[in-house]
Amino acid sequence: MVGFIIRRIAWAIPTLAFVSFIAFFIIQLPPGDYVTAYAAQLKHSGEYLSPDQEELLRQQFGLDQPIFIQYLDWIGNILLHGDFGRSLEWNANVSDLIWDRLGLTLAISTLSMIFTWAIAIPIGVYSATRQYSFFDYVFTIFGFVGKGIPEFMLALVLMWLGFVYFNFDVGGLFSAEYATAPWSYDRVIDMLKHLWVPVVVLATGGAAGLIRVMRANMLDEMGKPYVETAYAQGLSERQVIWHYPVRVALNPFISTVGWALPALFSGDIIAAVVLNLPTTGPLLLKALQMQDMYLAGSFILILSVFTVVGTLLSDILLAWSDPRIRYG
Amino acid sequence: MAGETLPPMPPERLIELNDVAVHFSLREGLVRAVNGVSYHVNKGEVLGVVGESGSGKSVTVRSIMRLQPKTALDAGGAIRFRLPDGSVTELNRLPRDGREIRSIRGRHIGMVFQEPMTALSPVHSIGTQIARTYQLHTGASKEAARNRAIDLLARVQMPRPREMVDVYPHQLSGGMRQRAMIALALTCEPSLLIADEPTTALDVTTEAQILDLLRSLQAEFGMAIIFITHNFGVVADIADRVAVMYLGRVAETGTVDQIFYHPKHPYTRALLQSIPRLGQKRVHRLKTIPGMVPDPFNIPAGCVFHPRCEHAVAGRCDVAEPASRTFDGGQIARCHLADSLPELVS
Repeated sequence: MVGFIIRRIAWAIPTLAFVSFIAFFIIQLPPGDYVTAYAAQLKHSGEYLSPDQEELLRQQFGLDQPIFIQYLDWIGNILLHGDFGRSLEWNANVSDLIWDRLGLTLAISTLSMIFTWAIAIPIGVYSATRQYSFFDYVFTIFGFVGKGIPEFMLALVLMWLGFVYFNFDVGGLFSAEYATAPWSYDRVIDMLKHLWVPVVVLATGGAAGLIRVMRANMLDEMGKPYVETAYAQGLSERQVIWHYPVRVALNPFISTVGWALPALFSGDIIAAVVLNLPTTGPLLLKALQMQDMYLAGSFILILSVFTVVGTLLSDILLAWSDPRIRYG
Repeated sequence: MAGETLPPMPPERLIELNDVAVHFSLREGLVRAVNGVSYHVNKGEVLGVVGESGSGKSVTVRSIMRLQPKTALDAGGAIRFRLPDGSVTELNRLPRDGREIRSIRGRHIGMVFQEPMTALSPVHSIGTQIARTYQLHTGASKEAARNRAIDLLARVQMPRPREMVDVYPHQLSGGMRQRAMIALALTCEPSLLIADEPTTALDVTTEAQILDLLRSLQAEFGMAIIFITHNFGVVADIADRVAVMYLGRVAETGTVDQIFYHPKHPYTRALLQSIPRLGQKRVHRLKTIPGMVPDPFNIPAGCVFHPRCEHAVAGRCDVAEPASRTFDGGQIARCHLADSLPELVS
């Protein structure tokens, strides 16, 4: 087991180095750079930058250097000083911009993932053990509808319901008076009041799909001979179901739990824009539009790190839960 | 119910099935998978149950364990089992997930399945699986259960039982897995072991080893065995008595000698003649049974075997279903012609 983990970690390091370079490289791919986008924006509002001024800005931002040098500068600062560079657009340190939002993103992601699993696993098991029963059909319908409704749509409907019928101040993660206030007990309570909408929105779509996965896995597993063996030992139905087929049916969940990190980090962009959440999604979208390369690059780098680390985590978890992987 | 009118079981009787019927209600119609099966097993005795695929052998033993698929319908008959304290339970009346049947499964009746590759949980070690059963029925401590598992693995002749106890099924060969499966079934020293084709998935060398093992374990533990197989050679090897099944009925039962040397039912005879024997005269081709096992939705009228029987008498065998007839030495056959068949020439 220890050897397995060390091997996996050793593989993760070159992957990360490669991914960071690709991330930086991709940001540079669109024609032009931040200065071009900036000049275009200024022109839009009636101002004008001369070619000399543009050149000066480029020198100032270090954009005239070859890509490889820019990359080395950037990654060197990250590794040595934890400095992700400055956002050209926001004229602020990337780390200041990101970490604040990152915490909130992680909070929402984790909550909605726990919520998703807490809904999906018991319902999937129930649906499979009572296949074709009334509630199985109810959950099936819920599953397809939940999967079919786009998240932003659900977000809009919930916001409307909350606003019209319950007079909630929905949208955003904080009420106006707490938006910029330092963390306090009241601020946390205020956040929890706003948090349920995004959590429900994100969990509905996720749970709908996972119920189907869990149900299908369980139906596969319950037909296997080892389940009959377990019954033949005198275990009750509940003991058999939860100790045997559920253990095996959970494998796909465990092997994808790592992906939940990056998926929730970027996948909730539309819902986050609609709900006006101060999470990372909308910020990333803006950075990409403006070719704010250090900000966007850092985002994509963090996203990739999450992907790699997440995959590593789920691999380790899977090996822990399924011996066939550990010794495979 | 039949149970009220049945004579009490003799004291040496461990389990007795009377006229057991299990039906499946499918979209295509009703399948009478088991249609009036009667056999019994005495304490410490090995009963071989022989039959083709679909003859209802496995469904019958699953109704002993109350482990039929959820679509199965109990269509009558009685299954009586004697507990170690001497009392008799009617297994067919127990609810399928009830406390009573659960305290019998794995404790008084152990079961070994056909596929050692898939019949053990892939995510639990061998020792964990045995220990769980032991703890469930005896309430023993974890430590004691683990020692019990090691002891059992040693008794089924697994090499290095102390290491094997932590091994997972996928790390073992087929024969070793079947040994582990047998150890699991014997965890609580049951008085009845049901072995559902335990050697079918194994190669012949391993099969011989497993049969040897079962024989020596039977001598050691003294449990009775219901051994299901479609292989007459295996039956001759391990069984005391034999039940031959065809299309959900018992065609014939008797001791091994009776069945092999004086078969009374044409089906038993035909099966025996289809087995090659060493030293047999080489003049004729090996006999086969004509035709196929009938479609379960169209069971023939009269004797179910008559379309394939070379002795069938028109107007009798295709009209009336033969009753079970008992002969000398307790041999029972379901055939109109059971005592008037020509002597066998082998």
